Amino acid sequence: MDTIGELLGYEDPDKMRGFFRKKSKKLENKIKKLPDAVSEFVAESDYMAIGGFGLVRIPTAFLHEVIKQQKKVATCAFFTSNYDTDLVLINGMMKSVDMSYGIALEALGSPKVLRKYFENGGIKVTEWSNGALAWRYKAAAMGLSFLPVRSMLGTDTERYSAAKEIICPFSGKKYLAVPALYPDIAVIHVHEADMYGNAHIKGVLVADVDIAKAAKKVIITTERMVDTEYFRNNPQNTTIPFYLVDAVVEIPYGSYPAEMPYEYLFDIDYFKRFLQAAESDETFDRFIKENIYECKDFYEFISLNGGVERIKELRNLELGLKGSSL
Amino acid sequence: MNEKYYNEMELMICAAARIFEDGVSVSVGTGVPCAAVMLSQKLYAPNILILFEAGGIAPLLPSMPISVGDKNTMYKALQTTSVSDAMEMNQRGLVDYCFLGGAQIDMYGNLNSTIIGSHDNPKVRFPGSGGANDFASSAWRTIIVSPHSSRRFTNNIDFITTPGYLKGPNAREEAGLPQGTGPYKIITNLAVMNFDNDERRMALESVHPGVSIDDVVKNTGFELLIDEHIKQTEPPGEDELKILRNEVDPYRVVIGKKAQ
Repeated sequence: MDTIGELLGYEDPDKMRGFFRKKSKKLENKIKKLPDAVSEFVAESDYMAIGGFGLVRIPTAFLHEVIKQQKKVATCAFFTSNYDTDLVLINGMMKSVDMSYGIALEALGSPKVLRKYFENGGIKVTEWSNGALAWRYKAAAMGLSFLPVRSMLGTDTERYSAAKEIICPFSGKKYLAVPALYPDIAVIHVHEADMYGNAHIKGVLVADVDIAKAAKKVIITTERMVDTEYFRNNPQNTTIPFYLVDAVVEIPYGSYPAEMPYEYLFDIDYFKRFLQAAESDETFDRFIKENIYECKDFYEFISLNGGVERIKELRNLELGLKGSSL
Repeated sequence: MNEKYYNEMELMICAAARIFEDGVSVSVGTGVPCAAVMLSQKLYAPNILILFEAGGIAPLLPSMPISVGDKNTMYKALQTTSVSDAMEMNQRGLVDYCFLGGAQIDMYGNLNSTIIGSHDNPKVRFPGSGGANDFASSAWRTIIVSPHSSRRFTNNIDFITTPGYLKGPNAREEAGLPQGTGPYKIITNLAVMNFDNDERRMALESVHPGVSIDDVVKNTGFELLIDEHIKQTEPPGEDELKILRNEVDPYRVVIGKKAQ
């Protein structure tokens, strides 16, 4: 089958070897304030990769700041995504994207005004499966130009992708070669990090380890800072090591209104308000203005939506304490 | 008992829960598939190995997850890993069943969850494959749940997101998909269907209580294979309903929805 999707985010592996050769491997203080991390690291030509899984462990605070600074990225992977890529769409201007899953908040519904960007043909989609995009990151993480996989074969998902069929030189079987995806910038929210960028993620990893290895610039946002001794004493907890990381931003509750595993649950009431607002351009514009543009920082946004009291409820829900329920 | 002691959603979940033998492995998402697997874990298959694509492996689901990566999918899990790891388990042949829904389905069990209309200028844009294509490519058996209507059950599907038997016998193998895989059963609010025939086409297996074969035919936009021995689907039992309502879905996240 010939494929007709646009190839996005691909780089030659030797070019990338040259890039990674020059990347600093020093133990340096990489702590940045949120506005500075966004203004210094996000560029308009960027292919952005976002960590987490849509409603879980996403770098919301960073993405809100991207919107506030009206930074537009060139493209983005809609991979296991929902609220995270919805936020990226708000700044607009993307012409093509990679998509395996997006513009729906899973069981909760789909934001109508953002879906319209795709339904009027304004954004061209290269199709993938979640596995295929995870393997594209993995191919890059391995320093390769592709990986052979057994997904997508024979379907329209394959036809509208930018993969290519190959024959295995050992078994003679037909495989799908998925091209390496080297994003320009990756933003990943973690539980704890030190000043050098060593980062610990608890619970599901989604594709974040491979994304951190594949990306040219890696921004870690973290619930809390820890001392480097924490990693020296527990090196098995280094989910993402310092030598991959360019900046560390401490931002407690930085995934809110999404979930942070073992810390706080997603705020289902917020997402219902978000989806309700997304029924019309007018209500959506007002919602984004109130919740993002007019908030002086991320904590004003949290305050607007219930503040510490709401966070307490969400923490009790996450921990499954008696008397707490959805 | 009269026919109204359960709803269509409850019947679909119970019918699906009975499919799993103890000790099998299943890739699932949220919604009906998850409710069915939870019911099965509590009643029929205590050793069922449940996999979520975000990386939650072998959880003891306390209640219905809302996201495929949320806390319930890793509650008392024996492993939390990555998307590629979960998909590689499927690709290695370690996963017996996957369990999916879809917007449109054709007579070979191909699913569309991408677009209605043309790809580059769609009338409706759906979320896309997610993990469905990976699961249905590599899990040994695919189970599908869907509301039953001629709009959804159609041979004019706009996009094959996820492979069924593609164009018929051997088409999967010719496309390069792993041998011996494909759709196994489809459970709707009207009937159970299978693909146990040489043509790899959808065939009626049983109709639900109060549903006629004619009802199923009328709501299917293509010719279903129907032999003379069509059974009635076993209605939900008392035990099944008790556990489903009290333990699996006490907030009626899934069973409170309409099947259509």
